[in-house]
Amino acid sequence: MQPSAQKLIHTFAALADLGQEIANPGDFKDMVRTSLHLLLGTLAIRRGAVTEFVDSQEHLECIAVWGIGKECGFSLAVGSPEREAFVEGHSLDLGAEQQNGLFAGFIGRHGAELRREAIELVSPMVVRGKLVGLVLLGAKASGEPFTSADLEVVGAMVRHIGVGINGNRLLAQVEQRAEENRRLYEDLRGIYRDTVRAFAAAIDIKDKYTQGHSERVGKYSEIIARELGWDDEQAEGMAIAGYLHDIGKLVVERDIINAPYKIDAKASTELNRHPTAGYEILAPIRHPYADIPLMARYHHERLDGTGYPDGLSGDQIPLGAKIVALADSFDAMTTDRPYKRRCSFCDVVDDFRRNTGTQFDPQVVTALCRALLKEITGETRERRFLKMLGKDYLKAEEAIPMLQQLVTELDTQRQSVAAGGGPG
Amino acid sequence: MGESTGASVRSHCIGTTAVVYASDYLNKLTGEKIERECRKQLDCGCRALVIDFSDTELVNSIGISILLGIIDIAERNGARVIFSDLNTQTIELFQVLGLTRHVILARDEQEALTALTSFTMQSSTVGH
Repeated sequence: MQPSAQKLIHTFAALADLGQEIANPGDFKDMVRTSLHLLLGTLAIRRGAVTEFVDSQEHLECIAVWGIGKECGFSLAVGSPEREAFVEGHSLDLGAEQQNGLFAGFIGRHGAELRREAIELVSPMVVRGKLVGLVLLGAKASGEPFTSADLEVVGAMVRHIGVGINGNRLLAQVEQRAEENRRLYEDLRGIYRDTVRAFAAAIDIKDKYTQGHSERVGKYSEIIARELGWDDEQAEGMAIAGYLHDIGKLVVERDIINAPYKIDAKASTELNRHPTAGYEILAPIRHPYADIPLMARYHHERLDGTGYPDGLSGDQIPLGAKIVALADSFDAMTTDRPYKRRCSFCDVVDDFRRNTGTQFDPQVVTALCRALLKEITGETRERRFLKMLGKDYLKAEEAIPMLQQLVTELDTQRQSVAAGGGPG
Repeated sequence: MGESTGASVRSHCIGTTAVVYASDYLNKLTGEKIERECRKQLDCGCRALVIDFSDTELVNSIGISILLGIIDIAERNGARVIFSDLNTQTIELFQVLGLTRHVILARDEQEALTALTSFTMQSSTVGH
């Protein structure tokens, strides 16, 4: 093969490799080091370095070196006149005196150091009219001077490396901004959650008999959602929906909420306004979670359509609202109220059995029972239910068979419905 | 005579000469392994390196750059470098790029070792 053809094929292969390296960068420093190898190996240049502007447009730092005694020892400064020359695409040939007028300042500052390290050629990396850095090159192994063809090859490869470095820089900026945005978003969500909890506390303070109710409903709702297989985002949303489900009570007379007796019909109508009032309070807010206002509005709807405010039934009621409805009732039954003490756990299970399918959604009841069973049997280390219910509320040996029995019944009913037999 | 395959590069020592075997495709990964092996041998006191290319089909630009680095390190350590068993294309490439100005090419490992022996004898003669 003709030597020129051999050299041409070698150069093409290197350009192809370089293009691939720039297009599919992994580790940035590795990409630059590999690119430097490709450039040096194409013309058999014995040493070289890639330098990049860091922080400002004045100082350059080595990001890859090969064949130079000191490891990344160059610290170069580029002044205004030579920057203009570099941006215009002029390379600096340290051996060509006639050209060096453009770079007098640069040579004055760094010429001796560069010659000491046997650097002969300084080639600029310019991307979109901006100087990204400089590539420093030593002599060719052949001992011959750089030809104009060599300089074309060097220029093309250096431009590729510049694009790679600039791309990495842009990517780093985008990643930094994305990270800042992510942090800001997290902060906002944190502020939102804190605000919601403060609201929940404010709602519960208004009702002196049900302190902590909203917080507990939030936690129960989250547990049920997770048991149903919802992801973190959705489960967090359910916690928020639980915290805020009674926010409409803020517009209900305190005397009605705190009445230590069964309230009359007028007061009851006033109290029953709270889901709609809650919806109206929450609807104008841009919540980071879906359907929070609807869950407040529909948490007193019933599966059989006898609930309020809209009398929705079955699938018309969002699953989230069904979860909040069950969590709300569960907390109402398991905490003392002004006019009655809390129900025994046995009564709670009986209530679930009686009202599932009419008031409560079977899959939601099943999820609550399964989550509770996991805590009682120790299948999960979490003790969220048990902490809220208090340690003496239920006895494991009694609660486990009751819950298992209910779950079995509900499963059987569901299978029967699925088989077309209708509820048993 | 010790033999090692450290870091997947086969090598062995004959006195103060290390014979390092290049793989079928001399690129970044294999090139860097060879460079590390050569550095290690020089650090251990070797004064001559024979790089055997009998298994090497292709040397790319990265391989050239790394080989130049090895030549540099060897020169700084006062060590000689001989490339042996190169195929025709690789010889032509090394000639075109000027690598042959810095290393001796030998037909095979035996010729490389013989050449080194004659260098040593010449050096000894000159030295005395």
